[in-house]
Amino acid sequence: MASVLVYLDHPVVPLSKPDRELLTIAAAHGDAVVAVGVPSVENGVAEALGEFGALAICLPTRELDQFLVAPKAAFLATVVQEVSPSAVLLDNGFESKEIAARLGIKIFSGVISDVVSVGEGFTATKSDLAGSYLATAKVTHGTPVLTIKPNSVEPQPAADPELPEQVRIQCPETGTVKAARITRRDNNKPSTRPSLTEASVVVAGGRGVNGDFSVIEALADALGGAVGASREATDAGWIEHSAQVGQTGQVVSPQLYISAGISGAIQQKAGMQTSKVIVAVNKDADSPVFEIADFGVVGDLFTVLPQATEEIKKRRS
Amino acid sequence: MHTAAEAPLNIVVLVKHVPDTQFDRSLTDENFTVDRSESILSELDEYALEAALQLVEAAGGKSSGGKVTAVTMGPDQAVNAVKKALQIGAHEGFHLNDAALAGSDAAGTSLALAALIRYIAGDDGVDLVITGMASTDGETSLVPAQVAERLDLPQVTFVSSAEITYDGDAPVLRARREGATHTDVLEAPLPALVSVTDQINEPRYPDFRSIIAAKKKPLHVVTLADLGVDASAVGFAGAWTTVDSAQPRAPREQGVIIMDEGDAGIQLVDFLESQKLL
Ligand SMILES: Cc1cc2nc3c(=O)[nH]c(=O)nc-3n(C[C@H](O)[C@H](O)[C@H](O)COP(=O)(O)OP(=O)(O)OC[C@H]3O[C@@H](n4cnc5c(N)ncnc54)[C@H](O)[C@@H]3O)c2cc1C
Ligand SMILES: Nc1ncnc2c1ncn2[C@@H]1O[C@H](COP(=O)(O)O)[C@@H](O)[C@H]1O
Repeated sequence: MASVLVYLDHPVVPLSKPDRELLTIAAAHGDAVVAVGVPSVENGVAEALGEFGALAICLPTRELDQFLVAPKAAFLATVVQEVSPSAVLLDNGFESKEIAARLGIKIFSGVISDVVSVGEGFTATKSDLAGSYLATAKVTHGTPVLTIKPNSVEPQPAADPELPEQVRIQCPETGTVKAARITRRDNNKPSTRPSLTEASVVVAGGRGVNGDFSVIEALADALGGAVGASREATDAGWIEHSAQVGQTGQVVSPQLYISAGISGAIQQKAGMQTSKVIVAVNKDADSPVFEIADFGVVGDLFTVLPQATEEIKKRRS
Repeated sequence: MHTAAEAPLNIVVLVKHVPDTQFDRSLTDENFTVDRSESILSELDEYALEAALQLVEAAGGKSSGGKVTAVTMGPDQAVNAVKKALQIGAHEGFHLNDAALAGSDAAGTSLALAALIRYIAGDDGVDLVITGMASTDGETSLVPAQVAERLDLPQVTFVSSAEITYDGDAPVLRARREGATHTDVLEAPLPALVSVTDQINEPRYPDFRSIIAAKKKPLHVVTLADLGVDASAVGFAGAWTTVDSAQPRAPREQGVIIMDEGDAGIQLVDFLESQKLL
């Protein structure tokens, strides 16, 4: 069976859900082979990759982590030469998209980004024009390179897992000289909430929260969800920029998106209109957000949200 | 230290002519390309242009020989994106217009744009290529990285700040990138490619004088033959991907809208329960 190459920049245990999803898709279409962006993996990582069907792990001969994408793409191109996979899968984060883009040029292969499902012959389904179209696309030249959005499949452990073999692949000498470097990294304050793009519930607040995100956070926590925001709210500094949902923020498609104090501008919709169920709370009945809401409340978020939060807690206990 | 006495800064900004997001956008039935009847300069590329103008101004402006060149690739009406960029403040414009470009995917687009940048660079060279974070129609964000790869440039993308500093005599681009879990400070030697987010600045508007001044600025229209690019390498012929089908998603139907009469929070939870979302 032909192999399917999965690139995971720096896998750790427990494997993230997007990592497990990529392995699941790879294993469904061939022999899963993993390439990582670090010269060695921590204890337990090989076993964890094996549990999701990886048969081999390709490691670079030197550290690539402090560099931006160019050397990683060069390494991955070498792996593709050695392994001759039938496709290369990456996540849809901005680094991975760039690695995919550069890899595509190096190996003369088409790249498809923002994929939401992978079919027979690596046909890719993706959303277009801010989620208003669903298109199927195919790579017609070279080895398909696909970047896949989170929540595309249910992760599936392998039936009979093996401990993957570790293979060292010589990094090409070019690439690092002119590469951009990360000279400093500050971690955002850690959150106990699920990440925005992976969460099955997102509660988002806009200008209507008027500086106070506590009612948004309380409802998100009652539902085990992530907190999102409009650009007005992040620009005002009420919440960190990474919470922004929309055209220039995160694109999310959770099971449930609760929008509170957000008018529903086109750039906000671009980031959330493919959510399964949309609930909107806004005191202006003419807000465009109601046009796409499955359930809307015309009311003050400062009374509606706390009441809902209390009611959820009551029904749960 | 950064001094204005340094060599003039040559910046190329990639600007795209895209359908206006304020209107309903659609894909043509024929080959699933974007219908471009109501199009404008991509608003996300205005941030790239502003960043370029600010970098040249910080380096002493046009008097020091610094220059911002706005370039686009697209059909006849795409020239309007370059004209708008000249009105906003770009010094020179290029429009790559060739029938063979229709249907280009990211690979073809990056090939043509890279050839155009090489052509513009000529003998003087280009120090920076600045792009928007994504085109508001394609939304692939693949083009900047592919242009960088084709020109063998380091790339620094999705940045929310960018400045030029010096490492000895060598100019270095320093930028910030805010990610979901961390914020990075990034550095790249020039020449480099940078893509910028809408966090980086407030784009300026053209005023009456700059609109008049723009009419005198050089605007070149070039074809693939001028660049020595083979027509079969771009467009539908040279694409490495195809779109086989595209369906508009069923528009979302408006659901139940209630007025809060004191128990809307409870009704909201009833709704979640009915949808098995609790
Ligand atoms: C290039 C570009 C990119 C952009 N990208 C994004 C993006 O990624 N994401 C994004 O969100 N926006 C983006 N925007 C901005 C977007 O156009 C809107 O300006 C923004 O989404 C509006 O935010 P808002 O709904 O919070 O604020 P407003 O439009 O001011 O709406 C506030 C709403 O809160 C309601 N409200 C007020 N008080 C209460 C209360 N007590 N209870 C209930 N409701 C209340 C009001 O009725 C109103 O509808 C972008 C704009 C540009 C130009
Ligand atoms: N046809 C084009 N002409 C000029 N610039 C382009 C073109 N296509 C893409 N770009 C640039 O590349 C960026 C990202 O585009 P994309 O990869 O299509 O999302 C845009 O913001 C532009 O700066």
